[in-house]
Amino acid sequence: MATSSYYVPESSHFPIMASLGLFGMASGAGGMMNQMSAGESGYAFPHYVFFAGALLLAYVLFTWFSKVVTESRAGMYSPQMDRSFRWGMSWFIFSEVMFFAAFFGALLYVRQWAGPWLDGQGDKGVSHMLWPSFDYSWPMFNNPAGADLPGPNAVIDPWHIPLLNTVLLMSSSVTLTFAHHALRAMQRGRTIFWLAFTVILGAIFVYYQVLEYIEAYSELGLTLDSGIYGSTFFMLTGFHGAHVTIGAFILFIMWLRICKGHFTPEQHFGFEAAAWYWHFVDMVWIGLFIFVYIM
Amino acid sequence: MTTATAHHDDHGHHGPAKGIMRWVLTTNHKDIGTMYLWFAFTMLFIGGAMALIIRTELFQPGMQLIEPEFFNQMTTMHGLIMVFGAIMPAFVGLANWMVPLMVGAPDMALPRMNNWSFWILPFAFGMLLFTLFTEAGAPNFGWTFYAPLSTTYAPSSVTFFIFGVHMMGISSIMGAINIIATILNLRAPGMTLMKMPLFVWTWLITAYLLIAVMPVLAGVVTMMLMDIHFGTSFFDAAGGGDPVLFQHVFWFFGHPEVYIMILPAFGIVSQIIPTFARKPLFGYASMVYATSSIAFLSFIVWAHHMFTVGLPLQTELFFMYATMLIAIPTGVKVFNWVSTMFRGSMTFETPMLFALAFVVLFTIGGFSGLMLAIAPADFQYHDTYFVVAHFHYVLVPGALFGIIAGVYYWLPKWTGHYYDEKLGKFHFWMSFIGVNVTFFPMHFIGLAGMPRRIPDYALQFADFNAIASVGAFIFGFSQLIFLYLLIKTIRGGEKATDEVWEGAEGLEWTIPSPAPYHTFAEAPEVK
Repeated sequence: MATSSYYVPESSHFPIMASLGLFGMASGAGGMMNQMSAGESGYAFPHYVFFAGALLLAYVLFTWFSKVVTESRAGMYSPQMDRSFRWGMSWFIFSEVMFFAAFFGALLYVRQWAGPWLDGQGDKGVSHMLWPSFDYSWPMFNNPAGADLPGPNAVIDPWHIPLLNTVLLMSSSVTLTFAHHALRAMQRGRTIFWLAFTVILGAIFVYYQVLEYIEAYSELGLTLDSGIYGSTFFMLTGFHGAHVTIGAFILFIMWLRICKGHFTPEQHFGFEAAAWYWHFVDMVWIGLFIFVYIM
Repeated sequence: MTTATAHHDDHGHHGPAKGIMRWVLTTNHKDIGTMYLWFAFTMLFIGGAMALIIRTELFQPGMQLIEPEFFNQMTTMHGLIMVFGAIMPAFVGLANWMVPLMVGAPDMALPRMNNWSFWILPFAFGMLLFTLFTEAGAPNFGWTFYAPLSTTYAPSSVTFFIFGVHMMGISSIMGAINIIATILNLRAPGMTLMKMPLFVWTWLITAYLLIAVMPVLAGVVTMMLMDIHFGTSFFDAAGGGDPVLFQHVFWFFGHPEVYIMILPAFGIVSQIIPTFARKPLFGYASMVYATSSIAFLSFIVWAHHMFTVGLPLQTELFFMYATMLIAIPTGVKVFNWVSTMFRGSMTFETPMLFALAFVVLFTIGGFSGLMLAIAPADFQYHDTYFVVAHFHYVLVPGALFGIIAGVYYWLPKWTGHYYDEKLGKFHFWMSFIGVNVTFFPMHFIGLAGMPRRIPDYALQFADFNAIASVGAFIFGFSQLIFLYLLIKTIRGGEKATDEVWEGAEGLEWTIPSPAPYHTFAEAPEVK
């Protein structure tokens, strides 16, 4: 049904198919993890459910976004619709901020309160009696359980790969802005160049992040199960890295769309949404660099 | 029904598609609202059946009906299903139906995503309920799933519970984004923010809370998942983590969550009382500010759930005083409702009866909340039936009565028929009596020291437990009256006028009853 101003789509099979895909992924992942922790190896039913669900969800999202692109290019979206998308994306990014806040909060709590208390300091230092030989330090090279739960031998030096990655991501935000200015000035060649540059910077970032993880696992003994330092380190940088990967993928899709001439200087919210997301991921990295690597 | 659809055909709209696929593929806010409401009602009966199993076991001391392990699964699943499956989806259903009608929008802002938000839920709860039939059994660690009960000592179904929570979170966040976008972007010309009906205002603030805290819930269950399967130490002191960290992150979500379950009810009651008192709402602006203040305070009171866990003294004091501050905006709201009724031309149809019961009984729940907020006193009340009494008073005659009041209030607009008033009043009185007989005695046994979540108890608690069990069955079976009344109203009854209620004001009363499939294709003018 098309109203005079606001587009309300006809009935659609996307939602139910996407729910089915999500259900497959969730139940499959649950089964896979239970199997893994029960010590069973090899592929079994849950794995197939998971992959089938993931494939279905990916397919639905692809066709769903294609449909939105087609509708948008057919001029079915009014400026009011555009504002709905803007509100939607802004609030989605806010939800992402809160997701990261939970993990940053956990890091703060451990360093500020739980750690010192286990060491016998402060108001609730009585928990020191659990492991009387524990001395709190950050990075936590020695866990309270001592030899039963060995901590890392060393942690990542912030002034090598992380510093380089900071420069890479900061630059990518700048090049992305160059691309945006070029898009608004209707210079497609320059837009394509700067956006490609941005995606490549993102890819190099991910590459270095992988190198860092390999170093952590193979040389430093810094792993997911090396105590709370490893837990917070890998969960924060891991979720960030996943977001960089997704963001770079979205930007790559935008690059393809720009090559196909989808955007105009006035109407290019798809590009802007991707750019907002990229800047958000960038801001999270600054938080990581300061609170995870340096401090 | 057909006449209204035909009437609107000249605008070039079509009515709903035929058959089951109408519901599966729909993008219509009214269809989606209806599905949310029926889903929530189904979950209410499933969660209610679990509550009755619990109350049957507790009817007398000693173990008679079920095993303690199964009792734990029942308390856990009852809580999860009522919170995430009944109360929250019911409010989202009401928002889906009413927010576009109240702001003069043609539909929700993002109609396809709207249907996705709904259809995730049956799958998520299907997965959660399925664990009941597995060898390991359903989650058994309470709806608050404290670590390490939910990590180190959890049954393997915890993994499915975690992914189920992720799915509910995705659904809630998308639903909330949709509601915010609708309210901020699709209001009819002339409807400024301070002219919005209060139900819309409370939902705007609720949606904000949802987007702020559902990701935190996702974060905490993700930490659990990593602790269980991937060897991290978030909630394990041996690795430098802390089980108390779980409680902090959980309640940072959990406290705003309880306001997510009550603010829309505030909104509904603020719509109903002016209608049946035939007076405009007293203190509209102060209602808006009070709701906003409650939402703000909800972020800085979470540790009042953790007074006995071993917090530093200044932390206890901060959270005690911050919690007590909530009484001020809440008091403003109760004062405004009462002042709205003062010297009004009151009538007492079923929605009004439920709204009045809400004001009185929610206030009782609020007062017991204030008692619990006093940190030194809480050391006595913590984890007793007093807490159970408190939160059931705010959730059952609070949130649930708010929902039921809203359903009665808007039912004639949805179906085009008035409901059976006599039957409605009967439903009200049975529910009102049932709810008080169930939960009021719990205050006494709680203060006397009966712990919650335990399938057996000392002899001195026997009488009040027996009374509570009788009340629970009265309340539970009274809801079958509601089911019967709903079906009866959908199938027929006295034709409702467009205005439905004599004193009703707002855009939703300017459209025909039943509401046509598509409304406000052309935005109305609001003066």
